[in-house]
Amino acid sequence: MSMDSALQTFFAEADELLDYMESALLRLEQGQADSETLNEIFRAAHTIKGSAGLFGLHSIVGFTHFVENVLDKARAGDIVIDAGLQGLMLHCKDHILTLLNDVKAGRETSHDTMHKGEELLQQLQPWLAGEVIALQEPADQSRTSQADSDRDSGAWHISLRLSPDVLQNGMDPLSFFRFLSGIGDIVQLATLADGLPQTMEEFDPEILYLGFEIDLVTDQDRAAIEEAFCFVQDGSDIRILPPTAKVSEYINLIQSLPESNQKLGEILIKSGVLTQANLDSALDEQTVQAASQSSPQMLGEILTGKQSVPREVVDAALDKQKKLKERPAQESRFVRVDAEKLDNLINLIGELVISRQRVDLLAAQTEHGPLLDAVASLGGFTEHIRDAALTLRMVPIGDTFQRFRRLVRDTAAELGKSIELKIRGAETELDRSMVEKLTDPLTHIVRNAIDHGIEAQAVRTGRGKSATGTLCLSAYHDAGIIVIEVSDDGGGLDLQRIRQKAVANGLIEDTANLSNHDLSQLIFHPGLSTAEKVTDLSGRGVGMDVVKRNIDSLQGSVDVDSVPGEGTRLRIRLPLTLAIIDGFHVASRNTHFIIPQNTVLECMDLDALTQDQGRECVNLRGEQIPFIRLSKIFALPEREQVLDVVREKLVVVQFGETRSGIVVEDLFGEVQTVVKPLSPIFQALQGVGGSSLLGTGDIAFILDVPQLIELAVRVEDRLSRATVRSTAKEK
Amino acid sequence: MNVQQIVADDADAAGENANAKQFLTFRIGKEYFGIELEQTREILEYTGVTEVPLMPSFLSGVINLRGEMVPVIDLAVRLGRAPIQVQRRTCIIVVEIHAQDQDHVLGLLADGVSEVVEIPHQEIEKAPSFGSNIRAEFIHGIAKRDNQFVVLLDAANALSVNELAHLVETELQ
Repeated sequence: MSMDSALQTFFAEADELLDYMESALLRLEQGQADSETLNEIFRAAHTIKGSAGLFGLHSIVGFTHFVENVLDKARAGDIVIDAGLQGLMLHCKDHILTLLNDVKAGRETSHDTMHKGEELLQQLQPWLAGEVIALQEPADQSRTSQADSDRDSGAWHISLRLSPDVLQNGMDPLSFFRFLSGIGDIVQLATLADGLPQTMEEFDPEILYLGFEIDLVTDQDRAAIEEAFCFVQDGSDIRILPPTAKVSEYINLIQSLPESNQKLGEILIKSGVLTQANLDSALDEQTVQAASQSSPQMLGEILTGKQSVPREVVDAALDKQKKLKERPAQESRFVRVDAEKLDNLINLIGELVISRQRVDLLAAQTEHGPLLDAVASLGGFTEHIRDAALTLRMVPIGDTFQRFRRLVRDTAAELGKSIELKIRGAETELDRSMVEKLTDPLTHIVRNAIDHGIEAQAVRTGRGKSATGTLCLSAYHDAGIIVIEVSDDGGGLDLQRIRQKAVANGLIEDTANLSNHDLSQLIFHPGLSTAEKVTDLSGRGVGMDVVKRNIDSLQGSVDVDSVPGEGTRLRIRLPLTLAIIDGFHVASRNTHFIIPQNTVLECMDLDALTQDQGRECVNLRGEQIPFIRLSKIFALPEREQVLDVVREKLVVVQFGETRSGIVVEDLFGEVQTVVKPLSPIFQALQGVGGSSLLGTGDIAFILDVPQLIELAVRVEDRLSRATVRSTAKEK
Repeated sequence: MNVQQIVADDADAAGENANAKQFLTFRIGKEYFGIELEQTREILEYTGVTEVPLMPSFLSGVINLRGEMVPVIDLAVRLGRAPIQVQRRTCIIVVEIHAQDQDHVLGLLADGVSEVVEIPHQEIEKAPSFGSNIRAEFIHGIAKRDNQFVVLLDAANALSVNELAHLVETELQ
């Protein structure tokens, strides 16, 4: 793992940890102050500090250190996190994020940010009791109190025999040196290659064979140096000798390390801590001792025996190790995979789905029974693989919903409103790529609901409602699509005002007879929602057209329901995934189309139905269904030779509440198709959402049903206006 | 036919010259055009395109290039000539145009490809401001090969995805 990609992993992990920290802090607010929650907050801060230290990100280490200390006290029960501290902690979390983002963007931490950090630390002061706060020298002074008395201007000696599998665990030994050079000067570094295998065959590039002897001049203490290695203590042999260490301690070190005494001795002589003479004599002495004692004393025992390592430091180290052991249990449940790799897999499976259809077609021509059976079972597995692969990209929407807790809390506080956020169906899963694109529109909707939907407390009590408003985010699956609802118990839309605005802006005729439902949908019209008009519209409308556009681009739809005085509900419908869809394969003239399966209700011969004379409308079991002829709306070229009489077929589709018909000439049945985006050149083409390869190698266009209906409405509108104009001219 | 192969075949003849660029030349009607070899990806035999509904005539359709949907442009129409009539030597030159931080792959319909030539800088003349019946910004320069003028196209302008998309939008209104 290169340093850069390790850093990327750190960023991703830190983002996630900060999210955990925030949601745990918000849980505290709701009175859930159990030890698990406190631990979670502490762990997040602790891990961020530790990892940031590995990369030498002093700004983050320095600040987080104090946050961690306060959290540690809270965890130990020394202090209680009250509302004030909880709010302060949220700000601290934000500040860590700011620092992190600065590093991400490669920016210098600005003066303002530094100032903000110091301010926050000042506010933390009461809980830090006695600790000296200073940002410039991270993790230093606070430790001075417990530092060993062995401070000296001389060098520390560090012997590193890292666990052979550190590389496999994603640790780069270089990062330790970088960390060390961040807290002091590495005056000498010797690499020991004794561990290298004798032959190339035995050499495994993922194993660390090297040992390191380091001399470090620093004014930091043992704990600070140990911190560099806190993630690799397991299985590693790390020895740290203070500058004041006696010759005998060095000798012990030499003896207990696996490399030859002579070699180690030379290194130490070179670094100046030993002379050849005292090495020789000491080694002799040691040998004699070893002979007289049954087993030589281990270095660790010597160290603690001589009390060169303060008790607290050992405790801290043990504590750290314990915490490190807690981590794998959490991590093993998830595998972090590069999103690009997943996309690649999905693409390949797309190709597999297409190839399989080709095999299907060819096999069907052979009429070879066993072959057909085999192909059918292959088809079954292909479908399973497709579904399984798609679930890999699915993530629960809960994480997105949780993020709104903060937004709701802050916005409500700003407006002096009291609002409770309820979340339902957090476990509902949808495609990762969609989750990302949903955040913006959802933010818009939620802000609007808080701002315009839910009334001020006084108004609410006046209307006989509870003073605390409720905002509900919910998600559920419904017939192959996912539905996301944002509802509030606020004042509802002011339909009268919407109507006035719409008439004033020329969206509807003064005399237009619109149902309340249709009137509500006008909030998504761009003409109703420029910023200036919104402020005097007491309902919603801020950028609702943007919301609609965003949802449209996800092949979804959005509508709104509102009961005056009782509340508003926005409903977003989305397809489960954008990559592979089940479709219904049809053709008109010689052009192939795919109608998304989830919109298809039924198909039938058009001739069998009673058609309204002159109007493109059929009577289906008493219901009037308008239809669209694909050949007409897309101006498809005539077939060159028509041998048979072409019988037109009607495919009835439903989108949202609307039912309409699509008239084609050929029905081919259900297919799985891989959505291939069309070049941006075709962006203006309405009614077609993408393209797809058929088993025959032909290209089909995937119909975007709502867009197609919109297009039909517009075309008809234009035609009727043109007719009016031409008749007017004739007169 | 593979561009790399043609390059290999022609490399000896053309010789190496740091001050020269390689162009793929092709024919539309009786005229010869060139496009920078760097921008071309491959040459395909014409086996038909899938027409896209409601498109202006310069957009012949789309083809499936190993799973990728590639729009095919009738270069003749784009350059203000009569549409290309498909015959035996009709081919599609696949080019890659970089625009708005993205690589756009396009197919160009041509009456036939000729050769890869290396043209030194000094032999490329500026396009005359009129007389070639082609919008000046579509032309990178003009070179002479075997007593024949070759119009070297400025692909970024002639095949600007933005402009093509805009033309489609206008057509649809």
